Amino acid sequence: MKPVLEIRDISKEYKLGEQHARKVDNIRELLQRSVKAPFARLTGRNGDAPKLELRSFWALKNISFDINQGDVIGIIGRNGAGKSTLLKILSRITSPTSGQVIVRGRLASLLEVGTGFHPELTGRENIFLNGAILGMRKVEISRHFDEIVDFAEVEQFLDTPVKHYSSGMYVRLAFAVAAHLNPEILVVDEVLAVGDVAFQKKCLGKMGEVSRGGRTVLFVSHNMAAIENLCSRAVVLHFGELQYDGTSKDAIQYYLNSLSSLSGTGNKVELDGVGVRVSRQGPFLKALEFLTADDEPLIEGLPIGSRLKVKVRFDLPKATTNFHLGLGFNNNYGQRIFTAHTMFEPNRWESECQGQQVVSCDIPSFTLMPGEYSVKIWLEVNSSEADSIEEAAKFRVLESDFYGTGKVPWNGTFVLDHHWHLEAVPDAVYCGKSGG
Amino acid sequence: MSTTFELTIRPRKGWQAVDFKEIYVYHELLAFLIWRDVKIRYRQTLLGGLWAVLQPFIAMLIFAFIFNRLAHVQSDGPPYKLFAFCGLAPWTFFSASVTQSSNSLITNQQLVSKVYFPRIFIPLGAVGALLVDLFLTLGLLSVMMVYYRWHLTTSVFLLPIFIVGAVLAASGTGLLLSALNVSFRDIKYVVPFMVQMGLFVTPVIYPAHYIPQRWQYLMGLNPMAGVVIGFRHALLGTPASWQLMGVSLVVSLFLFVFGLLIFRRMENRFADVI
Repeated sequence: MKPVLEIRDISKEYKLGEQHARKVDNIRELLQRSVKAPFARLTGRNGDAPKLELRSFWALKNISFDINQGDVIGIIGRNGAGKSTLLKILSRITSPTSGQVIVRGRLASLLEVGTGFHPELTGRENIFLNGAILGMRKVEISRHFDEIVDFAEVEQFLDTPVKHYSSGMYVRLAFAVAAHLNPEILVVDEVLAVGDVAFQKKCLGKMGEVSRGGRTVLFVSHNMAAIENLCSRAVVLHFGELQYDGTSKDAIQYYLNSLSSLSGTGNKVELDGVGVRVSRQGPFLKALEFLTADDEPLIEGLPIGSRLKVKVRFDLPKATTNFHLGLGFNNNYGQRIFTAHTMFEPNRWESECQGQQVVSCDIPSFTLMPGEYSVKIWLEVNSSEADSIEEAAKFRVLESDFYGTGKVPWNGTFVLDHHWHLEAVPDAVYCGKSGG
Repeated sequence: MSTTFELTIRPRKGWQAVDFKEIYVYHELLAFLIWRDVKIRYRQTLLGGLWAVLQPFIAMLIFAFIFNRLAHVQSDGPPYKLFAFCGLAPWTFFSASVTQSSNSLITNQQLVSKVYFPRIFIPLGAVGALLVDLFLTLGLLSVMMVYYRWHLTTSVFLLPIFIVGAVLAASGTGLLLSALNVSFRDIKYVVPFMVQMGLFVTPVIYPAHYIPQRWQYLMGLNPMAGVVIGFRHALLGTPASWQLMGVSLVVSLFLFVFGLLIFRRMENRFADVI
């Protein structure tokens, strides 16, 4: 039996200019460039404009693997590893730069919940529209209509425009339509990060049902438990390369090991060759250093609520006062939890700087919940991004007795100092004796 | 295993043929997109679908006052108001179609970057939805014809030809501009200007014979000139030069094929660039 998906030597190159089309693809700028460029070359300097040639970036490099009918495959990897690009190629949204894929069977993809939903249309109308967009025929949608409505639990609101839906209802309806697609191959991106836990379970259950029905499923997720439960096999992508292909259990182990080896570099991170770098003007960012209270190096992990100090070493090729640094803290699901930026500093230094600089960001109390966080660092010079690195470093926040009660905080994304008081009620009925 | 369906995904570069089989597979979606645009367009408006006919109707009243009353522009037979409205019907369809479809890929960014279906449906859907408006406008025109006691001639059977001409011209321009708009947002600023100028170089508010003989052929190169003259010929029985209309219709067809080819060629980069 031939595999349902034969992926052969797929590579995908992005021109960095292309991803930021709005900045580059503008006729005026094109004209300006063509006028400026020869002069810049003559005078031997680059002028204020960023470098003129487009930098390229390989999102996928020579990926090959086969998927057999009935396989449920997980695709894991860090942000920027090429997972979504791979799914987009399989769904024909974008075409590969080289290589080919043979698809045997009807393939449907769900890269986003509610693609094509229109807020002005009612739930009923959106079911038909979204179904058609996902590739269902009208008769199929009519046939599954009641099941979809049941699954989404929105009967009462079927004739209300979805703009009045709560976000939970919206997501439920959107997933319900997609879950009733009946493709031979289903491609699902991380769409379950939205919605409440109960609904996530319901969706995972539905996907399990789909796969037991003998259909092939490709599933991207950061949720390792979901991957382990649903998938028999998983592949690990790392910077566009296929690094591991095996049982989901082994793949997850491999992936987790590769993560910890990255964060095991101690409290100093040299920024050459780490993370996903987009250097629009040059690799200016050099190193990060993590410190905690009393400027002690941060080695083990940071107890919740402790001081976090991040020192950034970088170069400024030209003297300027207009430069900014940003630090983004993302959780394990790649969601941004907190952003620190020099723009938010009220007592910002005024001096003009050039050459090597060290700037530190001091967070007196880092109150994110225990877990692993990755740090994005970027540098802006003259109001445009000069250099940036996703996942430049990772560090762990440890459980601690933040509230001083001997209880470890649970549930939520962060802790906040808070206090509870028993208020004196004038006519205290519920507490103590009632009236004299 | 059902190997009824096998597909190979390869790098795509350069000119692409139009995949009619795929268009057939997805044809229901085109209907859905048209239906969506029609539904949404006049949601949460007091007058609803009335806007479709109100726009050309009010434009007709203004033009009748300025050009007929003040500037003494004459029609070539029928009452000026009827004459102007009959020209404005296809022209409003064309100008609104070009405006909407040239922006359609941008306003439907999510569809372009997150799901696959033949992209040409996006600008074509916008044109299709406005075709519905055109038929409403023609309904009002028939009411006006009853009011002015203006009789139809057998030329009315030629009307479908000119409707097809209008659709080809509007879709061709829409496909071309929407594809360019993905990379060059300048299009957004060019279109309103272009549409405004178009009204004056097309014989919408003046009869075609106002243009001197030696410029007539040049006018034929304007795809909408033939359509507007043809609409009047078919509905009001006004004189028309088949030579001019023929050239115009061929230009429409050429524009459509050209727009389609350019769209197919640029389509490949849409998801990466948009």
